[in-house]
Amino acid sequence: MNINEWIARNTHHHSEYWDLRKMIAAKQRQGLKISLCIPTLNEEKTIGKEIVIFKSELVDRYPLVDELAVIDSGSQDATLDVAASFGADTYLASEILPEAGEKRGKGENLWKAIYQLNGDIIVYVDADIKNIHPRFVYGLIGPLIYQPEVRYVKAFYDRPLAFSSGIRPSGGGRVTEILIRPLFSLFFPELTALIQPLSGEYAVRREVLESIPFPIGYGVETSHLIDVYQQWGLAAFAQTDLDQRVHRNQGARSLGKMGFGILQTFFKRLPHLGFTAAMPEMQTVLRQFQVSDNQYEQILHDIVEDERPPMITLEQYRTKFGKSLPPEYNDAQTEKKS
Amino acid sequence: MNAKNNFNFDRVKAMLPEIQKALEESRENLLASLVIISEIPAPTFQEAARIQYLKDRFTEYGLTNYTCDETGNGSVVIDGATGERNILILAHVDTVHKSSVDHTVTVLPDIVFGPGVGDNSLGVAMLATLPLILEKINYQFHSNLILMGAVRSLGRGNLEGQRFFLNNVNRKIDAGICVEGLKLGRLSYKSLGMRRGQFNVTVPQEAAWHPFGTFGAVRVMNQVINRLNQIPLPTDPRSTIILGSIDGGESYNTLATKATLRFEVRSESDRVPEEVEKELRLIAEEVASESGAEVKMDIFAQRLSGGIHFSHPLVHATRSVMDALDIEPIIRPSTSEISEFINHGIPAVTLGITECDNLGQPDETIYIEPIIRGAAQIIGVLIAIDQGAIDEY
Repeated sequence: MNINEWIARNTHHHSEYWDLRKMIAAKQRQGLKISLCIPTLNEEKTIGKEIVIFKSELVDRYPLVDELAVIDSGSQDATLDVAASFGADTYLASEILPEAGEKRGKGENLWKAIYQLNGDIIVYVDADIKNIHPRFVYGLIGPLIYQPEVRYVKAFYDRPLAFSSGIRPSGGGRVTEILIRPLFSLFFPELTALIQPLSGEYAVRREVLESIPFPIGYGVETSHLIDVYQQWGLAAFAQTDLDQRVHRNQGARSLGKMGFGILQTFFKRLPHLGFTAAMPEMQTVLRQFQVSDNQYEQILHDIVEDERPPMITLEQYRTKFGKSLPPEYNDAQTEKKS
Repeated sequence: MNAKNNFNFDRVKAMLPEIQKALEESRENLLASLVIISEIPAPTFQEAARIQYLKDRFTEYGLTNYTCDETGNGSVVIDGATGERNILILAHVDTVHKSSVDHTVTVLPDIVFGPGVGDNSLGVAMLATLPLILEKINYQFHSNLILMGAVRSLGRGNLEGQRFFLNNVNRKIDAGICVEGLKLGRLSYKSLGMRRGQFNVTVPQEAAWHPFGTFGAVRVMNQVINRLNQIPLPTDPRSTIILGSIDGGESYNTLATKATLRFEVRSESDRVPEEVEKELRLIAEEVASESGAEVKMDIFAQRLSGGIHFSHPLVHATRSVMDALDIEPIIRPSTSEISEFINHGIPAVTLGITECDNLGQPDETIYIEPIIRGAAQIIGVLIAIDQGAIDEY
């Protein structure tokens, strides 16, 4: 499948999935369970609204979502209390799979959700979306329900505030356009068809999630795309336009940290993919600068993109879900116990 | 007094626990509607998106007789078993906030805040959720319930949507309930006499100042206000002039060329607003003459005083419901939707649902906990009307 064919077939708009009754009937025919996971860290101001909307619209009124869960990295504010008060299941990431130890990062929450939650499909939605709406969930689930070959659905946001006609640019944020798209263009041209590869909203089948490693930090989205692409090809992806997403904007320095983490994840994969010989050992310190009393000072950020192994390699997981270790996992890849 | 009906409040009172339980079960649905409605901007004359939301909700509940009239009101009828009465339950959908205002709402365990969440997104959310709640209670209405999102209510809208509906509706409306988000305990069944309008002061551009001295529009408006303050107002009937907002000027050191003052004259009698209006026109002419500025006074909304009496069975039944729910009535006349009901001779009450802070501000805050009682009160009054509480003595 070339890029244009893929875009024509696998790029959707959330409005295609407005008929939730039809989607629920299709879900039931397939015997699927769907879990919605919201990873959080100090999100008490926005989490209440997300839970109220999702529980009312997608659990109570239209039972598309079977499990609504918040997995928290150890918030200092009332995030978990707020979420629980409106009916979400709430978990501390550190209390899930305690044998595996505790790492800090959004990717850790996403990885542990695979163990904790029971859905055949898991939908991940960030907690900082100001204009939250049920489309953020059903728009991502739709392709998985109606296209059996699709395994991983990514969100993108493409509604212009004002536009007359003709050609307009379409794409992602600053990190996407400056870093990810050039990297993908060099190494994985087909992945450039994903309009916003870093969006934090995606829905994925369990058999995919359990089979891929999880960087715990900035690199989780990038690694997913590369790893899923390597195993299943472009046809496994779909993307859905969810219109606008209003959220906090990050400064250039924060984006620098993000880029640094993504590059670590990316370069770690190159030797395994046979793209290059052994890489020199990479530094984990990002250096930024500030001026104090007319003197330039370095600010050092130690950013280590640690990774969790594929969940299927954990014995506890295989026991809980009655699965066996696939033969492709040889000794070198088997269980890492942190 | 001999009641012609067999209305028995105890039957209504006995239902209140079940109503509250149904509301508890529907709490997230009500809050979700509140959030979605609040985040749809709806300044007066631009309410279509909110009305569309109501249509979608009503249609999802299987109410297939939804209609949108010429002014944009959205309404639906829940047919009663006998249709012996028609009860109109309405909530105004417009807000005082411009579309450009950030309408994002925040939900915390005990409060919700954002522009217009109480006035009147909560009222509209109640309307949108009412069919779901009524399905959960074991009560078959005899009356037809007409649920209506009313457009063009506020400011220059001047209740145009509701007025159009009542002037043109093809069935007799026997009673009305105006659903307001704020404030719990509010009980209005009388309308005040009212004039709503604005003063506009315009002076020439700065280059042509000298013939007019050094008065800018703001100082001319100050003269208007000084004169307004000298208008004698009676204490009986109670009367007041509310100066609601004032605009004018652009900076610290530039004389303003335009200023606007928005006001409302309210009185328990119709005579006072009529006389005050004459005074206001005189003030405009005199200040214009003294200052050389253009001073215009425009009245664009008015109400006649009136309403039902304290002893009316609808008021009595409403107070009984409030008492049973431990809601302290705050009785006050109104200039809002109740006026149009009164003009059409329809007994009606305005009820509020919850407590609030920062009314009218971008961080208007409503309290979640009282909502159950406030909403139960509305359904209790509906059942009371359905049981015959409005039948005249």
